[in-house]
Amino acid sequence: MRPSPKAVLQVEDLVVEIPTRRGVLRPVDGVSLSIGAGEVLGVVGESGAGKSMMGSAVIGLFEPPTHIAGGTIRLAGERLDLMTPAQLRAVRGREIGMVFQDPLTSLNPLLRIGDQLTETIRTNLRVSRREAEERALAALIEVGIPGAEDRLRSYPHEFSGGMRQRVVIALALCAEPKLVIADEPTTALDVSVQAQIIALLKRLCRERGTAVMLITHDMGVIAEAADRVAVLYAGRMAEIGPVADVVGKPMHPYTEGLMASTPMATAPGERLAQIPGAMPRLDAIPKGCAFHPRCPVAMAGCVLDPRPTIAECGGRAACWVRAHEQRTEYTA
Amino acid sequence: MSQIAAALKDDAALRLEEEAPRVVVRNLVRRFDVSKPWLNRVIEGGQKAILTAVSNVSFEIPDRGVYALVGESGSGKSTIGKIAVGLQKPSEGSVEIGGVDLFREKSVRRRRRARAEIQMIFQDPYASLNPRWRVGDIVAEPARSLGKPLEGGPGALLEQVGLSRRDVEKFPHEFSGGQRQRICVARALSSKPKFIVCDEPTSALDVSVQAQVLNLMRDLQTDLGLTYLFISHDLSVVRYMADTIGVLYLGGLVEEAPRDALFARPRHPYTRMLLDAAPRIDAFGREVPPPKGEIPDPINPPTGCAFHPRCPLANDRCKRERPEMRQHGTTRAACHAVEEGRA
Repeated sequence: MRPSPKAVLQVEDLVVEIPTRRGVLRPVDGVSLSIGAGEVLGVVGESGAGKSMMGSAVIGLFEPPTHIAGGTIRLAGERLDLMTPAQLRAVRGREIGMVFQDPLTSLNPLLRIGDQLTETIRTNLRVSRREAEERALAALIEVGIPGAEDRLRSYPHEFSGGMRQRVVIALALCAEPKLVIADEPTTALDVSVQAQIIALLKRLCRERGTAVMLITHDMGVIAEAADRVAVLYAGRMAEIGPVADVVGKPMHPYTEGLMASTPMATAPGERLAQIPGAMPRLDAIPKGCAFHPRCPVAMAGCVLDPRPTIAECGGRAACWVRAHEQRTEYTA
Repeated sequence: MSQIAAALKDDAALRLEEEAPRVVVRNLVRRFDVSKPWLNRVIEGGQKAILTAVSNVSFEIPDRGVYALVGESGSGKSTIGKIAVGLQKPSEGSVEIGGVDLFREKSVRRRRRARAEIQMIFQDPYASLNPRWRVGDIVAEPARSLGKPLEGGPGALLEQVGLSRRDVEKFPHEFSGGQRQRICVARALSSKPKFIVCDEPTSALDVSVQAQVLNLMRDLQTDLGLTYLFISHDLSVVRYMADTIGVLYLGGLVEEAPRDALFARPRHPYTRMLLDAAPRIDAFGREVPPPKGEIPDPINPPTGCAFHPRCPLANDRCKRERPEMRQHGTTRAACHAVEEGRA
């Protein structure tokens, strides 16, 4: 993939490594993806799939010794992976907004909401105190907080979980970033509030042309919110494509299993399909295709290196078997 | 003659007890005092604050039935579960399990026997296993403390839940989340209970692992003839597990229906809102207006029907009068609009 001019975020062959005494672990291994303006890319995977590591890599929030060991990350053409910590700090918040799972830990409990918003706005944009305050109020109104004018003077603990997450979204968007990374933004919320937050995030980003990386384990949230989906397994990309294809007609055996095992997709009274075993630990990722020990369609070749990549298997799913099936379908 | 009559009467009573529903919850109320300490109240002039976590909930679970309670946070579902196993006392009302009310039964023998038939599976398999105990000891503990024999030892139980007999020697940290929840299931089974309260047993697990644990729990339920009270916030999980579903809102039961009826024809506006709001995997690009408002403060709940501030069908009566649970076909619902035919 060449850097495309339209993509806001372009990640190519990203490798993240954690050196440990027992060897080097790779929580992200050769992942490529891009997100266009106004597009929502869902990143799904189960725990240990490396989805949060992806997000952290893009914003450069790693604790040493974890580091980017290969590949490139471009934000509107600029190489994020080559930036110094100081340069990255200028990008974070200004160019990239972040929304995390727990809204209470992303807000400062000792500062009023209004002060937190104006501080963020003044750090990132060159505006007067007065104008920053006006923008803060506008941001709160936009995310749908009732009585916004009075609420500027409230502390985070005075808000409910859903309202807090709205404040966090206002904070993430107030500097008008090009990209928002939302890491499990609705996991801590109730269903009815979750629907509100997803609708809000979708609407605001579409209106402003912000690219969104929506990281979640919930297939339902992805189906509702994402335009395209990337499925991660053991740090590698298993499948990527438009949401209707990946969710509706999954191609990779792992995505198939994942979809079949959601109770939503199962008729009442029927047994849930289950994938045997569990996600491999990072220090014991199988040779060849990482999914082969759990895969119902694995062949002898799946056990061997080189492992399947999306680029080599037809651009959609990293699976030799499916790639082979597709080729025979075309010739037939 | 009188002896025979008495024996016959006993027999009838026994038979009645056998046929009676296993779990009967009647007018259950639980209040918590969440006031500030006395001195603060005196100095700051505050009032006592009472949170009603469960208000007037009644339902029955037949023998070998699976009854699910769904609701959002603060709906009181976990409190009901805790009262059912006897971990918390009800403020009013009662829970009878096999005809025995754990908090009112005078006979120690009957109380003990009833208690030995109850078990619980908790949400977090990391917090509910003692990290310093070997798995074999963890699993054998309920049988040991209740003085019940454990046929085949803990190894047989572990095999029953899909683990290996050799795992008895291991410690909990050697297992993944899904395997730990299997250990919790094995532990719950070790005292041969008839009734198990499952409080969000798969919420901490990944989807593919959740499927394994749910399948296991359902197999065990049919094979061993267990009765479940299944507590969850996830409608899709409940749809897979339960025969009958009760929907809770702010501590009160708003609707109860057989599974298929609930999903095919939800009656209460809150149930409809929940079903619409739940993310669906066939719903890409779906544009539905998200639900309005949030769950109100349980310390100062709204007057009348607790749902009226968010309800599209609310009228003056809903603001004044708390609706009673009424039967509508196979469904029970507490809603004036349903009763008046407006819904």
